[in-house]
Amino acid sequence: MSVHALRKSASSSCSNILVVFVGIGLPIEASAPAYQSHGTEGSHLTNITNTKKAFPVLAVNYEHVRKPFEIALWILLALLMKLGFHLIPRLSAVVPESCLLIVVGLLVGGLIKVIGEEPPVLDSQLFFLCLLPPIILDAGYFLPIRPFTENVGTILVFAVIGTLWNAFFMGGLLYALCQIESVGLSGVDLLACLLFGSIVSAVDPVAVLAVFEEIHINELVHILVFGESLLNDAVTVVLYNLFEEFSKVGTVTVLDVFLGVVCFFVVSLGGVLVGAIYGFLAAFTSRFTSHTRVIEPLFVFLYSYMAYLSSEMFHLSGIMALIACGVVMRPYVEANISHKSYTTIKYFLKMWSSVSETLIFIFLGVSTVAGPHAWNWTFVITTVILCLVSRVLGVIGLTFIINKFRIVKLTKKDQFIVAYGGLRGAIAFSLGYLLSNSHQMRNLFLTAIITVIFFTVFVQGMTIRPLVELLAVKKKKESKPSINEEIHTEFLDHLLTGVEGVCGHYGHYHWKEKLNRFNKTYVKRWLIAGENFKEPELIAFYRKMELKQAIMMVESGQLPSVLPSTISMQNIQPRAIPRVSKKREEEIRRILRANLQNNKQKMRSRSYSRHTLFDADEEDNVSEVRLRKTKMEMERRMSHYLTVPANRESPRPGVRRVSFPTVHFEQPSPPSTPDAVSLEEEEEEEVPKRPSLKADIEGPRGNASDNHQGELDYQRLARCLSDPGPNKDKEDDDPFMSC
Amino acid sequence: MGSRASTLLREEEIEEIKKETGFSHSQITRLYSRFTSLDKGENGTLSREDFQRIPELAINPLGDRIINAFFPEGEDQVNFRGFMRTLAHFRPIEDNEKNKDPTASEPLNSRSNKLLFAFRLYDLDRDDKISRDELLQVLRMMVGVNISDEQLGSIADRTIQEADQNGDNSISFNEFIKVLEKVDVEQKMSIRFLH
Repeated sequence: MSVHALRKSASSSCSNILVVFVGIGLPIEASAPAYQSHGTEGSHLTNITNTKKAFPVLAVNYEHVRKPFEIALWILLALLMKLGFHLIPRLSAVVPESCLLIVVGLLVGGLIKVIGEEPPVLDSQLFFLCLLPPIILDAGYFLPIRPFTENVGTILVFAVIGTLWNAFFMGGLLYALCQIESVGLSGVDLLACLLFGSIVSAVDPVAVLAVFEEIHINELVHILVFGESLLNDAVTVVLYNLFEEFSKVGTVTVLDVFLGVVCFFVVSLGGVLVGAIYGFLAAFTSRFTSHTRVIEPLFVFLYSYMAYLSSEMFHLSGIMALIACGVVMRPYVEANISHKSYTTIKYFLKMWSSVSETLIFIFLGVSTVAGPHAWNWTFVITTVILCLVSRVLGVIGLTFIINKFRIVKLTKKDQFIVAYGGLRGAIAFSLGYLLSNSHQMRNLFLTAIITVIFFTVFVQGMTIRPLVELLAVKKKKESKPSINEEIHTEFLDHLLTGVEGVCGHYGHYHWKEKLNRFNKTYVKRWLIAGENFKEPELIAFYRKMELKQAIMMVESGQLPSVLPSTISMQNIQPRAIPRVSKKREEEIRRILRANLQNNKQKMRSRSYSRHTLFDADEEDNVSEVRLRKTKMEMERRMSHYLTVPANRESPRPGVRRVSFPTVHFEQPSPPSTPDAVSLEEEEEEEVPKRPSLKADIEGPRGNASDNHQGELDYQRLARCLSDPGPNKDKEDDDPFMSC
Repeated sequence: MGSRASTLLREEEIEEIKKETGFSHSQITRLYSRFTSLDKGENGTLSREDFQRIPELAINPLGDRIINAFFPEGEDQVNFRGFMRTLAHFRPIEDNEKNKDPTASEPLNSRSNKLLFAFRLYDLDRDDKISRDELLQVLRMMVGVNISDEQLGSIADRTIQEADQNGDNSISFNEFIKVLEKVDVEQKMSIRFLH
């Protein structure tokens, strides 16, 4: 059956798949005309009505489902392959996944060819409109803002000047090569070579992501290569369009060059602007979604996709629009949406980008088998060598200049990895494929591009891991989110801003501080729902850290008595009584959280990881049964703590002072606990012990100050439970506040 | 302004400051002109009021402490030498300095001196420990007035508990260094003084 399906699929052009994706109607097949009862074609109909066929009990109508069937089959194949690789640990440790997928693509393409059909080629429109956006959105949304903004100057220099250098160096030298008689390519003119150079010169984000995420390199190098691969899109777009136009005309004037430069600024800044506008729209929309939590993730996805499509419509840089949209909307959206929505967004983005990446590499393999090839040894080999050489020269030269302006210089090792990590990928192939057939060199270019891609992905991709080990390049430091680091980093931010003020120096910190202030006073007010916009960054971080820890502790079955704050418990004796009840209240809060439905833990994940959302297999290990058992234990323990009379021996000092705010449960003042209402809607499973708690609390309930504090605690409690925002990991920092 | 600055600052002084702090000649003259522009009283020293006139410090949550850091123990005036000595902490670390003669005294902008400077901003009473109260004060300054004392207190407790290793319920300088080992202090505490 599968062979039959492939045969059918091979004969259809892939551009039709796009139609299906956009949902512009599945072709409703031939069953329609039979139901037109009163048409004017009387004779036609009488023929049909005259010959009455037996009613078909079972019929095969493959045409009806062909396109979605083929698509689903391809995706399923891709994912099964991916699954297979990870089942063979030795293989996946040595060979990066991208290589394996290309090999699979080659095999599948070969298989199709053996059958005698035309294998489908990676259609450029499909690639640019469907396969690329999820990957870029995933990258942009989870972009680590702090390292990015700290190094943005370096990244821009590499992206813009580096790519320009690569393009012209390669184009020029290849043209010189073609002038040599023996090569036999004298028909290639300069503009065609430059066009080729501009296609091949750009570092590809998909390939970089695929390879780099497996080697866990230190943050600086990672963000340099990755940021470069994202930001060079504008340069690539401009150069490609420029040379394509010119190669038709054949001549270049100074005016054209000048217009090209202007075009570059328009493309990049325009893309960013479009992205930012959509980002603000998304943030503003998310302010009002408190009653329709289910569709929150869709807003994020749709606005981002619209940003991409809008900028592509104007020939602006779609990638930069996507990045800008993700970066702009994230802090506000995350302050507004629910915990579940955040998890959904994260999951879906990772899922889609994973599928996209897999499909891209498989299709690359298939296209290699399919595509028209024109092989010329000299040209292809020279291209590969020139790619490497120009990259190395470019990196070394630019680093020399950049290091004069950096505080933390780039070492030789860093430079090596940056140079070696400049992988080319599917974007280059798709751009080459987009070349119209009027270019007589199109086939040659395609062959060369594919060779370069294969070389970089296979050779560089496979060897980069052992090289990183060999050179002992600094790896990523694993660290838990630390309130200390957060506090001290913010402290240092303020300190540096102050010292810059003393020096009269309007530097990095000064402008960051201005942006923060502007954000706090004007922007947040509009884009963040409810009263949350006043919450300082530090408090939000702390609250989320506590929540995460509580969830972790509950799910790992630890008792709340193993609280790390037992140390401070010892100091409670000499302190005022309210401090004790605060500790108790925290424990109770933790126990209550255990009863929440959406208690999946949100472990830190470095955003770079494509395959795993959570570290290790925490997610899988927590089974529902275990969770329920833990919950029941917690409930039992909690009721024990709260019902135990004051004079009984108990492990906790000051149990009697629990001022669990039973009274205030019934009268939540509306403005301060709007989220308590949404809590009701959101959780299917109510906190079961709450009604009985009210009855159980007895004993002295403290004085008025305790009650007041209890009310405050309750408000805080309700807010925590409804959890308006996601967990804030160290690297998912609020860009405006913590960088 | 330029001529006035150069006549009041003698070459020998510039040399001494250069040796002590590591700033270059042009940086020193530039900072001197800044010094004199702040010195409204024109007596060659800065008082606290002069600093408080700087708008960025007025809105900075740590403004008072930063101002305090410039003044040596118990004094109310700071001259240009002291000004430069404090600012020297923020000079970027250069590679050639790392290989300097180990017997020479540590330059003011070494990593541990930078951290010591930051530590002293927390530790007002100079007992080489950041106590819970000192931490609370800093937190209160950074966070504003809307947060309750209890919440701030629990943050402070959590902070100390994370960092404290010898159990004295305060953060010593070594514990402070350890906590910040993942933070790139060389970059975070450096200002790119223009040449």
